Amino acid sequence: MRNVEFILNGKAVSLETSLSRRLLDVLREDFGLTGTKEGCGEGECGACVVFLDGELVNSCLVPMNSVIGKEVQTIEGLAQTKRYRIIEDAFVMAGAVQCGFCTPGMVMATEYLVRRYKHPTNEEIREGLSGNICRCTGYQTILEAVKRVFEEVEDL
Amino acid sequence: MRITDKVARVDTRDKISGKTRYIEDIAFENLHYARTLRSTVAKGRITGIRYPEPVDGIFIIDADDVPVHNDVAMIEHDMPVFAKDEVNYIGEPIALIVSKDKNQIIDFMRGIEVTYEGLPAVFDMNDVKEDANHVFEDHTFVKGSIETMDYDEVFEGTYRTGYQEQLYMEKQGVVACVEEGVVTVYGSMQCPYYVKNALMHCTGYDENHVRVVQVATGGAFGGKEEYPSLLACQVAVAALKIRESIRLIFDRREDVTYTTKRHPSEVQIKTYLKDRKIVGMSCLIDLDAGPYLGLSDVVLQRAMFTLTGCYAFENVRVRGRIVRTNNIFTGAFRGFGAPQTMFALEQHMNQLANKLEVDAIQFRRAYFVKKGMITSTSGIFNEDIYLDLMADRLEAFSGYQDLKEDKAPNTGIGVAFVPHGGGFTGSGEAEHIKAVVKLKKRQDGKVEILVSNVEMGQGAKTALSKIVASVLDIGIKDVIYEDPDTFCVPDSGPTVASRTTMVVGNLLYKAAEQLKAHMKTDEEITITEHFKQPDYVIWDQETMTGNAYMAYSWSAVLAKVTVDPLTYEITCTDIYGVYDVGIPIDEGLFLGQVHGGVVQGLGYGLMEQMVSKNGKVLQDSFESYTVPTASDIPEMQAIWIENKYVDGPYGAKAVGELTLVAVAPAVASAVADAIGKSLYQIPVTPEMLLEVTRNEKR
Repeated sequence: MRNVEFILNGKAVSLETSLSRRLLDVLREDFGLTGTKEGCGEGECGACVVFLDGELVNSCLVPMNSVIGKEVQTIEGLAQTKRYRIIEDAFVMAGAVQCGFCTPGMVMATEYLVRRYKHPTNEEIREGLSGNICRCTGYQTILEAVKRVFEEVEDL
Repeated sequence: MRITDKVARVDTRDKISGKTRYIEDIAFENLHYARTLRSTVAKGRITGIRYPEPVDGIFIIDADDVPVHNDVAMIEHDMPVFAKDEVNYIGEPIALIVSKDKNQIIDFMRGIEVTYEGLPAVFDMNDVKEDANHVFEDHTFVKGSIETMDYDEVFEGTYRTGYQEQLYMEKQGVVACVEEGVVTVYGSMQCPYYVKNALMHCTGYDENHVRVVQVATGGAFGGKEEYPSLLACQVAVAALKIRESIRLIFDRREDVTYTTKRHPSEVQIKTYLKDRKIVGMSCLIDLDAGPYLGLSDVVLQRAMFTLTGCYAFENVRVRGRIVRTNNIFTGAFRGFGAPQTMFALEQHMNQLANKLEVDAIQFRRAYFVKKGMITSTSGIFNEDIYLDLMADRLEAFSGYQDLKEDKAPNTGIGVAFVPHGGGFTGSGEAEHIKAVVKLKKRQDGKVEILVSNVEMGQGAKTALSKIVASVLDIGIKDVIYEDPDTFCVPDSGPTVASRTTMVVGNLLYKAAEQLKAHMKTDEEITITEHFKQPDYVIWDQETMTGNAYMAYSWSAVLAKVTVDPLTYEITCTDIYGVYDVGIPIDEGLFLGQVHGGVVQGLGYGLMEQMVSKNGKVLQDSFESYTVPTASDIPEMQAIWIENKYVDGPYGAKAVGELTLVAVAPAVASAVADAIGKSLYQIPVTPEMLLEVTRNEKR
């Protein structure tokens, strides 16, 4: 057990924890941030992605040891931003959500694309979402939603 | 506004922001965790279980703790809640290990030793399918007479399909609590009343002391039809024993390895021709059920009743068997038997067209069913059927003739035409399900839908709310539809068989019509509506004759593929689909089902290989069991024709399962077209193509 300090959704936090615990469990169990989902626990499905110092990571593969002093942003943190409103509206309008279990992860991956590209190609969008599995939508409406986001963020 | 016009789904915003709470996200007081002790042998007698020294906080729950019946109430009661003396498949649950501390459970389980006396196990259904002791069910139905018809040619093929895993994103999960003498199970599920009935049977508690609450469900596809009943019984037994809240959530490897899958199949089709025209067809379907019957008999019946597909043949004999093995037990998955037989039939029809040197669509047109014709089960097609029109539309919007004439090297096209009967088979809706819905106008003017059907991603909340709102001419936000709780809602049946919009939606439509007259008053009023079988449905289950389904939906799909000539890598570039689902209740929901079904069908046809070796599933994760990602999807284009169904709400028929079924056969035919060889098995993989080509060279 050790005291670990890091920035969570813009606020400095600290907790007593084992350094080998998964960031995913700390977020869900210690901070009640259940928007980050466990789909596989092996870094294959993307349901648990968060930003760690701006990089999109599978939080099921990140031990707390790697979080010390860093900045973590989850879907709950992203949901407070202006750009999130655009992404949410785009997902609603495109009908990009069915069961919803992969959706927070898809939103995080979309945010990552927006941070990385100004005018991504279709291939870049597909590649950017290919770490996130969705079993309901067939991805088509999610791709439409992401394209809408890029049309809208131009104005932001 | 037309009913088909797309509206925003009612359940979306909380899902996007992560606020929606699935079972793993809900806090329970003094929650205890459970893990499953499983059999490591495929068939054997348990000769001993050695547990480590008792540890404070650890509880063991097994067959001896079951209050009344140690079996899961499904169609037969042949599957135990916990295996007691004998195990019949690898992974079969023997006990739950429970503690407040997850790590303590893992430590404790490391020290458990189970010893078995191995018994002979069956892993290949072909080894035993002629042995009646290994066949759960063996059905045959006949139309006309294969024996006496006149024919001059026979064309045969044998087709095989493998397992498919539902791979819903949210794993199986349930929580049981006991409060004031009531045992309550919360969970991710499709059928709250199936779970409730299983709990009553297992615990002996009456309906006032068993409560089932469905919570937000992260995908199901049939995988949460019958399976949650098993888990619910297990956690309920545990909760009754230690009087605390018990949570059982699988990890992904457990879920992929040990939960129900689509049945592996072998389908033999023999077609009889006279003067190059089909005069009869006889078929034999074998499905691998694993060790327990589960829903396999129902799956087999849909496989059989769908077998002649979109075609009318004068003489038909269909035989189907469910074979008992010691492989993982198989069950419901979107399409429910039809994906297997439609792969077989549509490959067969293509191969026959090729042999006769007739265009694949032109060949099919000669046999398309039409209103008034006799079905394979000797019922009558009651509704208008527009397969010719659908074929015209498919040819026109895919540019079929041009695709055929200007085919680039290493590309191929394939088509498939597939029906889907909406709702339960035969008189199942009236005799077994007996759906009841309630619609309540509250004093605040809002209208509440009271049904046991669940939102699992397919859009039930939006579709049913939209139907009620449209009839009553109120805003969709003024319709309330909570996740079902069996203490609050009547049994409107399970959320399966593409029945929710067509059957339950129609009952709500009728209830809303009655409620109209009361909308201007302040009184609270509840309308109850019961399912009544339409007069045109006549069915005899004994002889399997009559109208197998109330109404059929139809699909016509064309796939385009490219095959790399060196690596045999297959890419599906385009899927065109034409659908008759009556009148879609919402274009957005309809397309959502089409896209999702197409991609799941594409996985079934090309990617999702799952193999069992000596009773053990070899693919146990997202890494080894590969499903399509955003990088794998084709261009998908879909159109629909309007064909109002008299007993569907606003004319709607079944949608959800139909969209998956035609894809794998169309894609397989496209690959066959690209390489110029016939294919008999899915998934079609580069390895298979290599083998097919090598065999040819020899």
